[in-house]
Amino acid sequence: MNRGALLMREGYRALRGHGTPVATDRVSPHLFAQKRPDMMTDTIRPEILPHGQDGLSLRLGLTPAEQTIGAVMALREALEQTPPDGTEEIAGSLTSVYLRFDPARTTRDAVVASARAVADRTDLDAAALPAPHRRWTIPVVIGGAHGPQFGEMAGAAGLSEAAAREALLTAKLRVLAIGFAPGLPYMGLLPPEWDVPRLRDLTPNVPRGALVAAVRQVILFTNATPTGWRHVGMSAFPGFRPDRDPASPLRAGDEVRLAAMTPADLEALERDDPDGLGGARCETLR
Amino acid sequence: MTGTLTLHRAGPGVTVQDLGRPGMTAQGLSQGGAADRLALHEAAALLGLRTPVPALEMAMTGAEVSVDTPTRVALTGARMQAMLNGQPVAWNATHLLHPWDRLTIGAARAGIYGYLTPAGGIATAAVMGGHGAHLTAGIGTALGPETVLPLGRDPDPAARQTVIRTDDRLSGGTLRMMPGPQTGLFDDATRARFHATHFTRSRTGNRQGVRLDFDGDPFSSGTDSLASDIIRAGDVQMTGEGVPYILLSECQTMGGYPRIGTVLPQDLPRVAQAAPGTEFAFREMTVAEADALWQPDQDVLKSLKAKVQPLRRDPHDIPDLLSYQLIGGVIRGDETED
Repeated sequence: MNRGALLMREGYRALRGHGTPVATDRVSPHLFAQKRPDMMTDTIRPEILPHGQDGLSLRLGLTPAEQTIGAVMALREALEQTPPDGTEEIAGSLTSVYLRFDPARTTRDAVVASARAVADRTDLDAAALPAPHRRWTIPVVIGGAHGPQFGEMAGAAGLSEAAAREALLTAKLRVLAIGFAPGLPYMGLLPPEWDVPRLRDLTPNVPRGALVAAVRQVILFTNATPTGWRHVGMSAFPGFRPDRDPASPLRAGDEVRLAAMTPADLEALERDDPDGLGGARCETLR
Repeated sequence: MTGTLTLHRAGPGVTVQDLGRPGMTAQGLSQGGAADRLALHEAAALLGLRTPVPALEMAMTGAEVSVDTPTRVALTGARMQAMLNGQPVAWNATHLLHPWDRLTIGAARAGIYGYLTPAGGIATAAVMGGHGAHLTAGIGTALGPETVLPLGRDPDPAARQTVIRTDDRLSGGTLRMMPGPQTGLFDDATRARFHATHFTRSRTGNRQGVRLDFDGDPFSSGTDSLASDIIRAGDVQMTGEGVPYILLSECQTMGGYPRIGTVLPQDLPRVAQAAPGTEFAFREMTVAEADALWQPDQDVLKSLKAKVQPLRRDPHDIPDLLSYQLIGGVIRGDETED
């Protein structure tokens, strides 16, 4: 058993030792990044853990393995379709689904039981992500002055700049989670060669609208920020607009295609953006 | 009648705050709202309101305000020096402001966040369902001098002045903590050491969270390359250096540091109000114990209303009774009797 799984089992004993009334699922080693081949037939099931007096975490892993990301998306969608009574909100990260409930209307035990029932009848092992409801096409300028670390990123992925550009423009990205900052989309996954770690030294000030890449994912920044992700391109896409409804145009699960635009296109959008979406288009698929 | 409130002077951390914007986690927006939610409930209890209303939150330093329409205000939260036309007035109490009055609120004497709540609330336009500033999200701003804010109608400007006795929450103490999703990542020895450690509130802290200082080895979870996961106010994160941060209302919605547990929301006002150097310890609770302490906001307000009393004034506390009455402009005749 790997160290992570061992710690988790100990953790579980510790939690149970506290008289935790939350029934907790057996921890499957399958949930960890270092899978043992002989465990591959295990079924993915969420651990259901407390998160505040009115919250739960349904956790499918500690690291964002491809299969974990798919299971999170499937479970979140299933819970959104059949929310337990008393549910106040549902959100997701790359590895877990968060559910907040109203203790005036329900109990933790009841929410845990119905969330587990939803998980049990949902196929969390399917390799493919659930089909997207919407597809966005977001124009970006890749490389050059607008993506000063693009060449370095292509090199780290072992690709020519042309091949890296082609990979970004043909990837069928999904919004895996929104978070960290309001409206900030984590999108992925890119092919395995893009599994490049974040830089150890932060780039001090990467601008709003920047397309950044690391660990098989890309993000479009909603505000200027220091980051260890490599700055590979630039968009005019506003990820968060508090004066609009919804404030965050993207939702977890949306498909995203990046489309090439020129620096002149970008300048034109920065001057005049009639839709307030940085030239992005959204199609409803189902 | 509605009116306006003018800020003639404002400290650097004056914002409009209400109870925040719950339900936006999926959009990456934390609930936000008053750092000390209890102070907004106390204000509602003092003013006899059915629910808390948007107020001015003042971090460390207060403000000087006037109104153009008679309205009551409640002063709650961190204890700040308050003067009405140069005369000291009571904290944790209501005061009627007339258009010719100046209310001056100085630096915090204890605690961090003081609140000035007009009885009709501050009636700025709602953004994403809330009136409060969420500075990390770019919603609203800190308010500068000469800001004019719209006020809602005071439902009962003639209501008697009230005062509330509060339990101390400005000087640290023991924080109740429940297990969270990542408590199990810390081994028994580390958790036992954490719960036996005395912490002090560091100089680093704001509406997003406060850092705690302590003597001893860092608290490590033994996990690296943990994926970022959903975080919420009350979570106690261990940074890469193994130092705890207690997250407050304006925290991010996702974080990659392991979290040893979650401080109960009932104890977060105590965290928010702790000045640097304030001492804390943690007490571990089971999930069942923590859940049993959950209280809806309406119950919190109801129990606070039971503690509200008329403001009794002793003539000896009023340095110049005559000038007070002249400046105050209203003599009900019962000020010294009730």
